[in-house]
Amino acid sequence: MDFNLNEDQRAFISTARQFSKQELAPNAAGWDKEHYFPKDVIQRAGELGFCGLYAPEKAGGLGLSRLDSSLIFEQLAMGCTTTTAMMTIHNMATWMVATWATEQIKQQWCDELISGQKLASYCLTEPGSGSDAASLSTTAVKQGETYILNGSKVFISGAGETELLVVMARTGEAGPKGISAFAVPADIEGVIYGKAEEKMGWHAQPTRQITFENVAIPVANLLGQEGQGFTMAMKGLDGGRINIATCSIGTAQQALNTAVGYMQERKQFGKPLAAFQALQFKIADMTTELVAARQLTRMAAFKLDNNDVDATSYCAMAKRFATDVGFTVCNEALQIHGGYGYIQEYPLERYVRDVRVHQILEGTNEIMRLIIGRRALTEMAGELL
Amino acid sequence: MKILVAIKRVVDFNVKVRVKADESAVDLANCKMSINPFCEIAVEEALRIKEQGKADEVVVVTIGPAAAQEQLRSALALGADRGIHVQTDDNLDSLHVAKVLQQVVNSESPQLVILGKQAIDSDNNQTGQMLAALCGWSQGTFASEVVFEGDKLQVTREVDGGLQTLALSLPAVVTSDLRLNEPRYATLPNIMKAKRKPIDVIEIESLGLSLESKVKTLKVSAPAVRQAGVKVADVDELINKLRNEAKVIS
Repeated sequence: MDFNLNEDQRAFISTARQFSKQELAPNAAGWDKEHYFPKDVIQRAGELGFCGLYAPEKAGGLGLSRLDSSLIFEQLAMGCTTTTAMMTIHNMATWMVATWATEQIKQQWCDELISGQKLASYCLTEPGSGSDAASLSTTAVKQGETYILNGSKVFISGAGETELLVVMARTGEAGPKGISAFAVPADIEGVIYGKAEEKMGWHAQPTRQITFENVAIPVANLLGQEGQGFTMAMKGLDGGRINIATCSIGTAQQALNTAVGYMQERKQFGKPLAAFQALQFKIADMTTELVAARQLTRMAAFKLDNNDVDATSYCAMAKRFATDVGFTVCNEALQIHGGYGYIQEYPLERYVRDVRVHQILEGTNEIMRLIIGRRALTEMAGELL
Repeated sequence: MKILVAIKRVVDFNVKVRVKADESAVDLANCKMSINPFCEIAVEEALRIKEQGKADEVVVVTIGPAAAQEQLRSALALGADRGIHVQTDDNLDSLHVAKVLQQVVNSESPQLVILGKQAIDSDNNQTGQMLAALCGWSQGTFASEVVFEGDKLQVTREVDGGLQTLALSLPAVVTSDLRLNEPRYATLPNIMKAKRKPIDVIEIESLGLSLESKVKTLKVSAPAVRQAGVKVADVDELINKLRNEAKVIS
């Protein structure tokens, strides 16, 4: 077992770090304040390969592992949490299209999605269906060569600014087996966007409700087979959970670095904060937990890459742990800054606002515990995990 | 036309270096290593000349330990066509580096060699000039702009008093200054493609050069710690100190 990064991984990280420091970090506070969605910057990221990281090579993607992708996203998240999170969602949706779409749809969309010239949103959650995703009620009824979509989706990241929607809709029976996935062009007739939600964080991307009113989409836009949608959604989410765990880790690392820098500069009672043991212990705990979260996340990514039978449980553990640790570390880093942590001149309050939602989306941390608990309570679980 | 670019593996510019306890050298254990930033600018300039259609091949060469291949791969990921690795674990004097490069120049026959003006580890600023002298070629050092004018190479140099522009006849040696260009990012697809680009490895002994060091490092020490400032009571005391202690006014 080798925990060291290989030469390729170091090279990937080096490019990602450079981009993060030069293109994301200097602008993140401004984007947050202005509620500006930096599509141009995401497109530049696409030119470097960041928009199709694990999309298969056959479809023009880089075909990287989830582990390599996590290393890259971590560096990007150090520069801007929100923009990186949007890029991870786009990567997930792009991977689904590049993996399961018909040849016609792949031809039509993959190049531009992978290069980041066009962006994609992922539409699963509905007003009445959150944690209980399999109960979703948006319908897709087949009429000849088209499906007619009706229903609404909420909390859709990037909605209104993206060009393609990956939509989960019911084509059959109640429950998970009646759900199918569709690639829906974002601007076709009957797709109606709600106002941008006013959120606690993630200000650098719009989140909107989307309503489908008799939206007609060609049969060719079905991903995979009818009834496979929920399985795809869950497969997508395994990776999505690694990604969002990673966004927390990158942000928390940045918060920790900022706090350490501050502790060496800021003096009270005649000595730097770094000289106080209470704060040294705090930094020690933050560092330890962050390293543990990072290793668990990388391990889960490794399990997912190797199709481990317990990959879903590991992804759930990584997501639960890393997003909780990420929030705690950002919050403690804010505390170390005292009053300066609470004002917007410093980035700490933004870090806290931005990582808070990671404990909620891609499956709440309570749902993660449900997945983990269910697995841990099966017979022989100890030997398998 | 072929361009040869020499690059050096050095400690990354972000690393805060520490001197070894015995004051023999800087402690490089666990330090992140990178392409010397001036060398990266040299690679970028060569690539831009190639993209203008003025050159058809960019070859990068480095002299160093096995690990230096990582920096060659970085240069290949930026877009260089192939690499040459002259392998040695020894620290070479500038003159020896120039002599090794001269041999590479002899076997590769480039029309233009671009180097960084200096490496950020030793800050010698000697190799480019020595290489030009050994080859008997024209040289343009501290370049902030490089333009082809007919069969001449116009090199704008950053000199103390301002800018000086030279017209060099080829073959020539150019060393890059900071403002020559801003290097591009290595894209992820290019990082992956770089793995398939060829690197020739040459054992330094096979060159038959006498590389016994003529320079001895006596001691490496950290810069003096900056003294704390003092508060002055009034303007008179300030002027007195500026005149008599700092001696910046008379």
